Amino acid sequence: MIIHVFGKRYEVPEGLTIQKAMEYAGYQFIRGCGCRGGVCGACLTEYRTPQDYRLKVALACQTLAEPEMQIAQSPFIPMHQVPYQIEKLGGRPNVLGEIYPEIYRCLQCNTCTRVCPMEIPVMEFMASAIRGEIEKVALLSFQCILCGACASKCPAEISQPYVALLARRFYGRHLLTLPGRLDERIREIGEGKYDEILRQLSRLSREELSGIYTQREQEPQDSSRWMPKNPDFPGNLLRKG
Amino acid sequence: MKSYPESMMASIRILEATRSARAEEEIPMLSLKERQELLQRFHPDYREGGRREIRMGINQGQRVPNELADLFEGKGFIKPEEVDLGRPKEEVDVLVVGGGGGGASAALFARAEGVRTLITTKLRFGDSNTIMAEGGIQAAVGPYDSPALHYLDTMGGGGFENLPNLVDVLVRDAPMILKWLACLGVMFDRKEDGDLLASFAGGQCRRRVHSAADYTGMEIMRVMREEVYQRGIEVLEFSPALELVLDEKGRCSGGLFINLDTGERFFIRSKTVILATGGIGRLHIQGFPTTNHYGATADGLVIANRAGAKIIFMDAIQFHPTGTAYPDQLLGLLVSEAFRGWSAQLVNCEGKRFIHELETRDITSSATIREVVERKKGVQTPAGMRGIWLDTPLVELKKGKGTIHRIFPHLFHRFHTFGIDITKEPILVYPTQHYQNGGLLINENGETTVENLFAAGEVSGGVHGRNRLGGNSLLDIFVFGRRAGICAAGRSKEIRMGRPSLDHVLEYEKELERFGLLKREIKSPCLFPDYRYEKALTRAHQ
Repeated sequence: MIIHVFGKRYEVPEGLTIQKAMEYAGYQFIRGCGCRGGVCGACLTEYRTPQDYRLKVALACQTLAEPEMQIAQSPFIPMHQVPYQIEKLGGRPNVLGEIYPEIYRCLQCNTCTRVCPMEIPVMEFMASAIRGEIEKVALLSFQCILCGACASKCPAEISQPYVALLARRFYGRHLLTLPGRLDERIREIGEGKYDEILRQLSRLSREELSGIYTQREQEPQDSSRWMPKNPDFPGNLLRKG
Repeated sequence: MKSYPESMMASIRILEATRSARAEEEIPMLSLKERQELLQRFHPDYREGGRREIRMGINQGQRVPNELADLFEGKGFIKPEEVDLGRPKEEVDVLVVGGGGGGASAALFARAEGVRTLITTKLRFGDSNTIMAEGGIQAAVGPYDSPALHYLDTMGGGGFENLPNLVDVLVRDAPMILKWLACLGVMFDRKEDGDLLASFAGGQCRRRVHSAADYTGMEIMRVMREEVYQRGIEVLEFSPALELVLDEKGRCSGGLFINLDTGERFFIRSKTVILATGGIGRLHIQGFPTTNHYGATADGLVIANRAGAKIIFMDAIQFHPTGTAYPDQLLGLLVSEAFRGWSAQLVNCEGKRFIHELETRDITSSATIREVVERKKGVQTPAGMRGIWLDTPLVELKKGKGTIHRIFPHLFHRFHTFGIDITKEPILVYPTQHYQNGGLLINENGETTVENLFAAGEVSGGVHGRNRLGGNSLLDIFVFGRRAGICAAGRSKEIRMGRPSLDHVLEYEKELERFGLLKREIKSPCLFPDYRYEKALTRAHQ
């Protein structure tokens, strides 16, 4: 079948992604290719297909090339990113609007949602951002790969990926809590609670170590009421010598 | 897009018929002896002809994959006489080469010590295997877990050959690293009561993997990328390193780079260099497909070998048991180990299991290869690829409806794009090249055997022995990134720089010629894989 890359005509086999079709055509990517698995956003591509007036946006690595497709890559979208220090933002519920006041310019045109290759409800989380619903923005935007497709099409010139990133970082840092157990474990390690047992383990021969290894007790899949028979393992074995 | 072709649907019906009986079936773990036998018979590391001995240089006598040996014997890009080392483009204290998680954390911790820090990277900042990590990061924080159990699991997974001093700091630093990431704003998964969620990976006796759905690496990397920006650290993108530069005493003193947009070649002088260039997957060891990022071409190993850095365990390559085998467009891409941690089973064409799903990756991959190649119990795709089923709908059955949407939104989306609903249909998988278990030999501070040259992350080796556990790579990049960053920053305050030189590159090439090994047709480092023309077409690598 025929495809057109930046207006140039190439014959390629059917069934290839846009990325592989371009490679078959002879491209060796420098820009516009990253993880090749749909999570990095490097291969953002615009295209049109015959008998369709619409300009579409896709990830080249996740989208099949079609006959007579016109393809242009957009490997870099300049976006608006504000420097801040996440640890200093605590207790500011309106943080999204303070740092990115342009969010209030949103026209609710829904173009962002329509072009998002990750099928994220971008306009919906922008509406939440305007209302200061940080948790909702964080959860709704979680699959954002910062490809910039929304930002490149936004008539209000908002950089939605960075608004969402701020919301997620604020949520992760200031709204979610960490279990006390984590601090406790860090403290124990700092105070040397495991020094002796790790020192002993590191001095064992391969045979001795594998002997202890095979006696590990496996936590089961359903461990809601599980307790190890020997919580002191492997300390108990090492003390026996 | 439609789902599986009818030939494969018939096999899925067999799998569905055995599902409820399998759900409660117990399969024992293999003994250490059985594991060793399975590895020797079926693991690609043990195949005849896959590796060869390095015949010169610092690593003479070590065996490495042929694809890497070829690059070690290839021709460098730069004619040293054409480069003016008297006029560096920049001078810094800590030069970080590589823009994944290891490089970003090294730069952040170096910068925090108040020294001039610069990151260079071949592609965009963040383009790395870090961003593709799905499963999560290990840290022993559970009530019945401990750093000692984490140590044991890691050593056992590595065949008890891991360097104990490195494993020691890995397991000790893990909880602190987890907290550091959470405080940067990484949204780790929580249970309903708000506690941290942890799940299993193969070879772990406790659930210890902390995830951000199946986007863990991406979630971490997008946060780190912004943090690096906010700390004012300069990043030079699309500027891969072509050589390291040494001084008259053989100490690392910077690197030579190329601006891929303009072709300009330039020297960055630095008191210390941290290599965080990642792994080897895009060399397609033994023709296997890979889960790896486009840039994973072993560049750091190649230039560090020329500069005289020792390597360790570079003959040990990790093949991930669950690489995608269908559809062809997704060939080799990672299907998270967390699926098996959440009860998905590996099932052959007769609807039967053949290995405990939480064996380590080397064992599970070997068992899969045995099942398909020797026992002929694989399932064939129309393109001729053979694989076995990963029974994902079982997760919904055992862990509750909606679990896949909640824990695996990325993989759901990826397969949905190709017409496959993984909540209802299984995924066909086959081992895929995933990780280099070895790399540059480092100590607890990430120092290589070349003075003032550090390494962190996949480019380094020793901590994982001959086989890494799931969840230990996202951990190791930050543990050793941090340690290398702090140590390099401290070192840079004491260093008086010498005269920069590329003599080692000239000498290395002369030596290659003397041994009759120089391969002029191979450009080294590789920088980019070549998938042009017919090479773009999928091949089944079995």
